[in-house]
Amino acid sequence: MNKKGNTSLLYNKRLVAYSFLLPNFIGFAVFTLIPVVFALALSLMNWDGANEITFAGLKNFRELISDETFRISLLNTFYYSAGTVPLTIICSLGLALLLNQPIKGRNAIRAVYFFPYVASLVAVAVVWNMILNPTMGPVNEILQKVFHIAKPPRWSASVDWAMPTVIIVSIWKNMGYYMIIYLAGLQGIPRELYEAAKVDGAGNLQCFFRITLPMLTPSTFFVSIMLTISCFKIFDLIFVMTGGGPGRATNVLVVHAYNVAFKNFNFGYSSAISLVLFIIVLCITIIQFRMEKKWVSYF
Amino acid sequence: MMKMLNLNDIKNYRISSSWKNVFKKTLIYAVLSAGSLIMILPFLWMLSASFKLEKDVFRYPFTWIPETFQWINYMKIWKKIPFLLFSFNTIKLSVIITFLQLLTSSFAAYAFAKLKFRGRNFLFLCYIGTIAIPWQVYMVPQYIMMRHLGLNDTHLSLILLQAFTPFGVFLMRQFYLSIPNELLDAARIDGLNEYQIYFKIMLPLSKPALASLTIFTFVFVWNDFMGPLIYFTSDKVKTIQLGLRMFIQQYSADYSLIMAASLVSLIPVLILFLALQRFFIEGIATTGVKG
Repeated sequence: MNKKGNTSLLYNKRLVAYSFLLPNFIGFAVFTLIPVVFALALSLMNWDGANEITFAGLKNFRELISDETFRISLLNTFYYSAGTVPLTIICSLGLALLLNQPIKGRNAIRAVYFFPYVASLVAVAVVWNMILNPTMGPVNEILQKVFHIAKPPRWSASVDWAMPTVIIVSIWKNMGYYMIIYLAGLQGIPRELYEAAKVDGAGNLQCFFRITLPMLTPSTFFVSIMLTISCFKIFDLIFVMTGGGPGRATNVLVVHAYNVAFKNFNFGYSSAISLVLFIIVLCITIIQFRMEKKWVSYF
Repeated sequence: MMKMLNLNDIKNYRISSSWKNVFKKTLIYAVLSAGSLIMILPFLWMLSASFKLEKDVFRYPFTWIPETFQWINYMKIWKKIPFLLFSFNTIKLSVIITFLQLLTSSFAAYAFAKLKFRGRNFLFLCYIGTIAIPWQVYMVPQYIMMRHLGLNDTHLSLILLQAFTPFGVFLMRQFYLSIPNELLDAARIDGLNEYQIYFKIMLPLSKPALASLTIFTFVFVWNDFMGPLIYFTSDKVKTIQLGLRMFIQQYSADYSLIMAASLVSLIPVLILFLALQRFFIEGIATTGVKG
């Protein structure tokens, strides 16, 4: 009797838990989980959206090897990430260190640095394109007339400068977000550590390298993973600022996948590209987690 | 050692250290202000250009304040493309998605944080795992599914795709974990069932987290570009970001109008940001530090 009552109580408890979970879980399962599994299958198929789906085996992946645009996009994605990740980390950490000092107007300054992160990408991309307009833009006017540089960079309109331009705008837009994460990390460092170090005769630089940086390694670890993932997913900024051009100078993986799927209607091939993207992101994340023990210290 | 220092030494030390402090402070302010200027100048340039005549936008030497304010630019943009309709569509999407997101994810987060059931860890791993998968990986299957359901080019497609994101569940769960279990146990002893606990205790306590999630979702939907780009093709369903891009493509030489339209698209987010800045920052700290 008692035992039976217990099991029905347990059963009841489980039902209650599931009832809390269900509204979200149904939506999540149908619109996220199933498509994720389906993406895996689709990369092995031929499909143009109109005709029958046919099984293609590894054909899509073999095609990738000889696809020049894919190769360029892959290299561009690495180029973009290699530029953006370290520079964003340095800028946001530097900002956080400055803002962590006892200064007036801290909240206002913090808001100024953070706002570009929440600003619409389309608006931001178009205003930067105008400011950096190669012939009429104010930046090049100043470079020519004030600094007497005869041939200023043609920014997003030139093959060589397009990617650096995108990287600069991306750092400008996103560093405020990572600055907040670093600020939270800095506030978690106990003051006593610095006081003890000062008593022992440590200077500011020593404090920074022996206390601040090691204590911030969990934040840096989190920031580097988040940044890497978001760099490999880059789409909007490039799509609006350069459209992947000039030529294929800023064509990254997601732009390529988008064009293949929604312009050429080659859904299977597009899924294969996305899957490669996912595998790269996964590998980098795994490597980062493997290396975590070597440099991240949790106190 | 202490005996060897006389009063003068201490004085000198104090003076030199206070000079050092002033110098240090000045340097910090200088760097931060220069940086702030870089952050804010593009927006000021946008504001200035939006009030200018077309021919004055790029005129050199550059003036920040136009001679005559072209208020008419702000009238023209509404007529050139259906900007009002686009704004309305965006507000509708943002509100509905945010509401559904808040409701379902705080509900699910309660189960993940405070209830025990079989498969909890595995399910939560599924949620977390999909946060790490780039959306682009499964955008094509989602698109095909929506097309099969006949929901392409309707608002419902994006609502269904964006209302149940694992991010919301994750954020709410992180917050719920910080609420002590003893509080809930006490309520259980008092005879409250789980639903009552959720509505009477958890929900009122989680206002800051709900506020964070609200603004994150709202701003995400408001600024989202790729989702609407893929799903919305006819003008009557398009959002403000698509409208802005349409505007840029159709009137690519109307620089001041483009700037006026851009500014209009930024204003709601700016207001929300200035009013609720605290919750943005707390939200990031919650997911960043504990995650």
